[in-house]
Amino acid sequence: MKGVISVVGEDHVGIIAGICTLLAESNVNVLDISQSITDGLFHMMMIVDMAQSDDEFHSLDMKLTECGKQLGVQVKLQSDTIFRSMHRI
Amino acid sequence: MLHYGLTIDDVFETNRMIEEANLDVRTITMGIGLLDCCDPDPAAMRCKVYDKITHKAEHLVHVGEIISERYGIPIVNKRISITPAALIAASCEDPQYPEFAQTLDRAAKAVGVNFIGGFSALVQKGMTRSDRLLIESIPEAIATTDRVCSSVNVGTSRSGINMDAVSLLGRKILDLAGRTADRDSIGCAKLVVFCNAPDDNPFMAGAFHGVGEADTVINVGVSGPGVVRSALKGVRGENFEVLCETIKKTAFKITRVGQLVAQEAASMLNVPFGIIDLSLAPTPAIGDSIAEIFHEMGLEYAGAPGTTAALAILNDQVKKGGLMASSFVGGLSGAFIPVSEDQAMAKAAEIGSLTIEKLEAMTCVCSVGLDMIAIPGDTPASSVSGIIADEMAIGMVNSKTTAVRVIPVQGKKAGDHAEFGGLLGSAPIISVNPYSCEEFIARGGRIPAPVHSYKN
Repeated sequence: MKGVISVVGEDHVGIIAGICTLLAESNVNVLDISQSITDGLFHMMMIVDMAQSDDEFHSLDMKLTECGKQLGVQVKLQSDTIFRSMHRI
Repeated sequence: MLHYGLTIDDVFETNRMIEEANLDVRTITMGIGLLDCCDPDPAAMRCKVYDKITHKAEHLVHVGEIISERYGIPIVNKRISITPAALIAASCEDPQYPEFAQTLDRAAKAVGVNFIGGFSALVQKGMTRSDRLLIESIPEAIATTDRVCSSVNVGTSRSGINMDAVSLLGRKILDLAGRTADRDSIGCAKLVVFCNAPDDNPFMAGAFHGVGEADTVINVGVSGPGVVRSALKGVRGENFEVLCETIKKTAFKITRVGQLVAQEAASMLNVPFGIIDLSLAPTPAIGDSIAEIFHEMGLEYAGAPGTTAALAILNDQVKKGGLMASSFVGGLSGAFIPVSEDQAMAKAAEIGSLTIEKLEAMTCVCSVGLDMIAIPGDTPASSVSGIIADEMAIGMVNSKTTAVRVIPVQGKKAGDHAEFGGLLGSAPIISVNPYSCEEFIARGGRIPAPVHSYKN
């Protein structure tokens, strides 16, 4: 299953590192990253492959939420299907 | 653009809709056929009904929660609709309807759904004994349960209007209002009178599982007035072509989410997918309002001249956008215009911009009817029946669904305020024309179907 991780928050050192470390520990493969900073606000979207992950969707979601709190950013994990359904015919 | 086909803008656009514009899936409703629960012994029938509902819907709420988490979108309600109870209970000499409703209430609580619809009768052409007994029992059944919703279809474009039922329901609505007088007559929020009621409506209080349906189906109601309003902010001052295109595109996106959720729920529950109901359903939350869409279109308040045209645009564009986004569309599909459930509609009623007559005109071009309107508690039963008859006539002649869900708030008069709480919201009590229609309603019998219904 592919997931989309979206991150929003104030930019600072270590956001990508923090999230990628967690993903590596959970055996989640990062397929792609897109990132931008608008008015000092950090936006990132990652597409990840969770097929080999040690975590179920729910537990990975919880871990990412917790990681986001520690990093001071909002992190959300969603199945990629919702975005494909809405934006692609 | 990433080679996985999604852009960062796509992702954040969707999430902004959810987080800032109240995009949600309003309801996953499981329709359950109960014709196989008929039994001459009412206790045995109730036992079968309870067992079937709790078995079929055992995992409904849990599946809704899993989908909600997986896609990061709220699924506000999980609900059940059943075969109209008057058809099931026709198998009994004494249907014991209040006990039947209480059984439905227990089943709803056991599986964790917040409403169960289908304490209903279809009487457009005539009432069976079972139908009449059900309608007679509605005040007690609704007043003694928490989650049961009732509806009665009194007219169709093919059959005309059953005015005996319209007359009876005027009296029953007042009876129900009296029995729940301590809570601003809230019982009436759980009773809808229909013309051309759809068999696959997932929205309460009017949902029931039609007799032409499969044994069990999943129907989904999408929402998103806030998303439409938010999109319209970006096209202020543009012409109607741009306005319409913007609504259409937004409706497409909203409906695609509903389609995804419906297919996922159907697959996880191993139940066929029925339909998506495209309705824009407001809630009392700020920013989740149909009247705020009117404001964004350029009307000072809902009810101002131009409101019916604005609603016609909205209703039509929602359908045009939604139809392509879903493989099966059904239910009510359009815009809902409840008063108490939409804080900006309630505000418009409070300042006198929105009257019951204007609301009636608006129901000619939207998907439902006079919905969640608080009227004075001393409104005569014949006037309630008259309001119903007018609305049913609009539905019958225009071959569309119309409905009446009015609340004669006991002990309160026009200008007072009624508080229903939660998603039902609050509303000012609006005045009803004081002149009598008693002799008209007392005639009884049926209004024949209109000439253009004879298409065969």
